[in-house]
Amino acid sequence: MAIEVRIPTILRSYTGGAKAVEGAGTTLSELLSNLDGQYNGLRGRLITEEGGLHRFVNIYVNDEDVRFTGALETKLADGDSVTILPAVAGGAFGFAAMAALASA
Amino acid sequence: MARYDSLLAACGETPLVGLPRLSPSPQVRLWAKLEDHNPTGSIKDRAALYMVRAAEENGRLKPGDTLIEPTSGNTGIALAMVAKLRGYRLVCVLPENVSSERVALLRMYGAEIIFSPAAGGSNQAVAMAKQLSEEHPDWVMLYQYGNEANARAHYETTGPEILRDLPAITHLVAGLGTTGTLMGIGRYLREKVEGVQIIAAEPRYGELVYGLRNIDEGYVPELYDGSVLTRRFSVGTRDAVLRTRQLVEVEGIFAGFSTGAVLHAALAVAHEAAKAGREADVCFIVADGGYKYLSTGAYGGTLADAETALEGQLWA
Repeated sequence: MAIEVRIPTILRSYTGGAKAVEGAGTTLSELLSNLDGQYNGLRGRLITEEGGLHRFVNIYVNDEDVRFTGALETKLADGDSVTILPAVAGGAFGFAAMAALASA
Repeated sequence: MARYDSLLAACGETPLVGLPRLSPSPQVRLWAKLEDHNPTGSIKDRAALYMVRAAEENGRLKPGDTLIEPTSGNTGIALAMVAKLRGYRLVCVLPENVSSERVALLRMYGAEIIFSPAAGGSNQAVAMAKQLSEEHPDWVMLYQYGNEANARAHYETTGPEILRDLPAITHLVAGLGTTGTLMGIGRYLREKVEGVQIIAAEPRYGELVYGLRNIDEGYVPELYDGSVLTRRFSVGTRDAVLRTRQLVEVEGIFAGFSTGAVLHAALAVAHEAAKAGREADVCFIVADGGYKYLSTGAYGGTLADAETALEGQLWA
């Protein structure tokens, strides 16, 4: 079962530079484990030690945020499209302003 | 009564209009809240006015003070108008990859502009904003991403207006940026309407915009509380452009591209309801009009051309 996964620029060091890779699984958790087998260390960048999704990682299945569809237990089917993105709400500028404030 | 003592008093009370041609069926209706009808043409007038008033009331802002705000456009334009009328100076720090109309508008309202380089991504913008705040400790940053008055503007005005005009509302769909709009309207509607769905549509930009070095440089606005939302959609540039064009072609509403992203999500939930045989009244927010984005060329030509034209731009 093939599921297309789009990888953001900052995580492509794990996928040999590939923008999109294919994985398998019936849930998001299974898919990420499957991907980690092919691209060692990728799962660890997305999931915290407590087993939850990293605060600054957003994952979408068919354009819908998985935090609202069961998180790591979100069901997957053949042909689904998964997109991984870093959180930069408010455009890239929000966090720039935040970082400036935090370190000012 | 449509007479006001000043432009500031004319903020809000925007029209809610039905979209009979885009609605899936007579039982599943789409409604557009036209926030482009605000004084400077966007929903940000509400937040700008509330944030300035709050800072005046708590003594943070005194006559003649200088405001500094990092903004990709609409908030800056709204703040510039409010600052002008309330007697403040405004310095805006914005990325250079925003449309030329936004820059012209800011200058026209009297704001001073400092650009952060598009190619330098976040790091240079951080350095610039940090440097400015160090050099000018007396400047006031209202900081829309963490300012409770931003969300409160929508809790106290936009939300009540929507419920008054659409008591049968089942879904509210809006764009996710500072998150102030959705947090404010969402909290208000959840308190008043059982089972109401609060849906976020966030723009998915071209890769250039996500200029992070690693995941830990990510950012979630302090205002954001995921428990207010029911669902959250990521909408790509192509879908946003397609829906923006559809909105003006079919219903005559000329909106900015972030509204296209919102309409894309609104149509998805509306068609789900229609398929399931449920009645629905889906309200979505038109955050601004399309005038400021004409120079992108993305209203004409092929979708592929439009996508290329918007690549690397902050279109919402």
